[in-house]
Amino acid sequence: MSQFIAVLVDGIVYSSWLFIIAVGLTLIYGVMKILNIAHGSLYALGAFTSVTLCGLWFNAGLPPMGSYLMLLLSAILVGLVAGPVIERGLLRFMYGKDEVVLVLVTYALFLILEDLIKLIWGVDPLFITGPGGESPYSLLGNFEVAGLTYPNYNLVLIAVAVATGGALAWALARTRSGKLLLAVIHDREVSAALGINVGRIYFVTFTIGAMLAGVGGALTAPTVSVVTGMGAEVIVLAFAVVVIGGLGSLPGAALGALIVGLVRAAAVHYLPEVELFSIYFVMAVVLILRPKGLFSGAEVRKI
Amino acid sequence: MIAKALGTMLTGIALAAIAAAPAVAQQKASVKVGFVTFLSGPASGPFGVPARIAAEAIVESLNAGKAPAPYQIKGIGGLPIELVVIDEAGGATKQVSEYRTLVQRQDVDIVIGYIGSGDCLAIAPVAEELKKLTVLLDCGTPRVFEEGSYKYLFRTRPHATMDAVAATMYLLDNRPAVKRIAGINQNYAYGQDSWNDFEATIQVMKPGVDIVTSQMPKFGAGQYGSEISALHSANADVVHSSLWGGDLEAFMLQAQPRDLFKKSVLVLVAGEPYLHRLPGKIPDGTIVGARGTNGVFAPDSPLKRWLVETYKGKSGGVDPNYPAYSTAQAFLGVKAAWERAAAKKVGSAIPMGAAKNVKEEMEKAYQPPTQEEVIAAFEKSTFDTPSGKVHMTLGKGHQAVTGTAYGTTRLENGVVKVGNIKYYDADRVTPPEGVSSLDWIRSGFKR
Repeated sequence: MSQFIAVLVDGIVYSSWLFIIAVGLTLIYGVMKILNIAHGSLYALGAFTSVTLCGLWFNAGLPPMGSYLMLLLSAILVGLVAGPVIERGLLRFMYGKDEVVLVLVTYALFLILEDLIKLIWGVDPLFITGPGGESPYSLLGNFEVAGLTYPNYNLVLIAVAVATGGALAWALARTRSGKLLLAVIHDREVSAALGINVGRIYFVTFTIGAMLAGVGGALTAPTVSVVTGMGAEVIVLAFAVVVIGGLGSLPGAALGALIVGLVRAAAVHYLPEVELFSIYFVMAVVLILRPKGLFSGAEVRKI
Repeated sequence: MIAKALGTMLTGIALAAIAAAPAVAQQKASVKVGFVTFLSGPASGPFGVPARIAAEAIVESLNAGKAPAPYQIKGIGGLPIELVVIDEAGGATKQVSEYRTLVQRQDVDIVIGYIGSGDCLAIAPVAEELKKLTVLLDCGTPRVFEEGSYKYLFRTRPHATMDAVAATMYLLDNRPAVKRIAGINQNYAYGQDSWNDFEATIQVMKPGVDIVTSQMPKFGAGQYGSEISALHSANADVVHSSLWGGDLEAFMLQAQPRDLFKKSVLVLVAGEPYLHRLPGKIPDGTIVGARGTNGVFAPDSPLKRWLVETYKGKSGGVDPNYPAYSTAQAFLGVKAAWERAAAKKVGSAIPMGAAKNVKEEMEKAYQPPTQEEVIAAFEKSTFDTPSGKVHMTLGKGHQAVTGTAYGTTRLENGVVKVGNIKYYDADRVTPPEGVSSLDWIRSGFKR
């Protein structure tokens, strides 16, 4: 029984992390039909920026609790700087091109950003740690479930995942901009003909997507050693989650993350030999049964 | 027609290039060494970059003739060493094409490099194909020379079997009561070999131990929450780990606040390079090795002091870790072989009065040795290094063996120190020639 509870807790924590890294990817695809491979680099940018900002914060001798603010600030910075630069400087010239071309463009961008990160931060792994070894990961203390100790930081991950998903769902369904966005998702040309500023919607969507990637990176940074190449690992996982849920679907990303998280946690606890394979097994089964993922809407046929 | 003319022209150029090659070789001005190591990615910080720093420091010092005996001759055999450094990141397929570029376009004399076991296994057959003297730098998998036989390939550091065998001996010496064994290792060649060796060794040395769980997360997984819970619930006395690089650091960062090591002793077979990076995150009492008598385990000698001094000059005061010692072994092994080959050539060419063409014969004798001559001198050789003597005894004289050591960590004034160090001779921890590591372990370590 206690092992079952451990699986649930581990699974939900991991799912939350997966959802945070995947949600921006699915949002951008849903609206812009761009499979943004550079999402992985934006995630890495978020992580590296938070190492720098938290380092500055700790070095200034400010109270360690403020490091959480720095994590948040890093995500916002990545979103507000990298998002607009990439969208205005590169992607807007590519709209209307084939989806495959856009994958290649963002892949090129991914490679460029990886090297940019090496230029700025070097290749040595970095940590977020204060002068006394403080880290946002352990600062909040621990909780105990089923005889196991978990850092409360995991609760932050769960809270951020739920809040992000909730806020996006609410914005899409309840706000005017959300409805305009849905119209653009449904048919870009007709929306433009009806007077919706599609360019602006793309701009805002990409910025929010980049910010969400930054959130993922910033929240991951305190738990790992931040190294170049970390974005490549993440983009594969995020892609698997998004494909399982259905590309472009918000509830799909949530359900996909939950399934992958729980299956993986169960594999680790009961059958560690199959852990590596479990995520892709889920993906294969889902795609056999529903080739477009769990939550794919009916495609509107365009002549 | 044009195509044919072009073809003829290209053939002509190719032939000219071939004809020009020996002329270049005769006026040899330097020994060009291709050096391949991780300059980016998770393995760069703990392994790749220290190896690069060591290579640059060693080459500079050798070229200046500042190394202690028996390595006072400048460069290699009097010729300055020219380094071409290549990034090992990107996977085995990329490395094979980088290797071809190094050998065929850059025309290096020797390739020294490779830290990843997968890269070493991929490069081995290509080195044979291109017939280029290649020294594997730091990878651990015993399979290279246990499953293959090579002429051009050498490895100047011992393979990883001794890590597992010595770790088990050390563990049982210090904690004879251990019963429940767990492991967390990466799911790829090195991680699996390392765990399989350890599991087999402890089952032979202490029959009846329980293997409670073996976690095999993906290389670069980053998130270890579930694994830590599983290790926790397994109530293990010992957690064995060959994790390294960013993975080890992430695992320690995540495991330490979760009190995993309050009930389990951690054995880090490749833990030495992280000691200075993770103070406060490595629990006291962790058993660490350096995959040979490297770093803190290296006995004091003029060569060790030389390496520490030259390395610190380039690293901003950081001590060399075991990849830096591996680098020293590779360069000094090649240098020793080359110079022995050169000396032999001169020795055997000295005319005993009767020879004609004395001048020509002497000129030939003082040419740098050929690759074949260096290889002949390298095989089954013994040479001095900062980690002690290295013997090329396995793999028909192509695979090194050395002794090894383990110790226990404790935190003192914010610095991780290693105490209770025990040394293990090569004979006790390495299989004899012709026996695979696992067979040797299962046979109860028969010699």
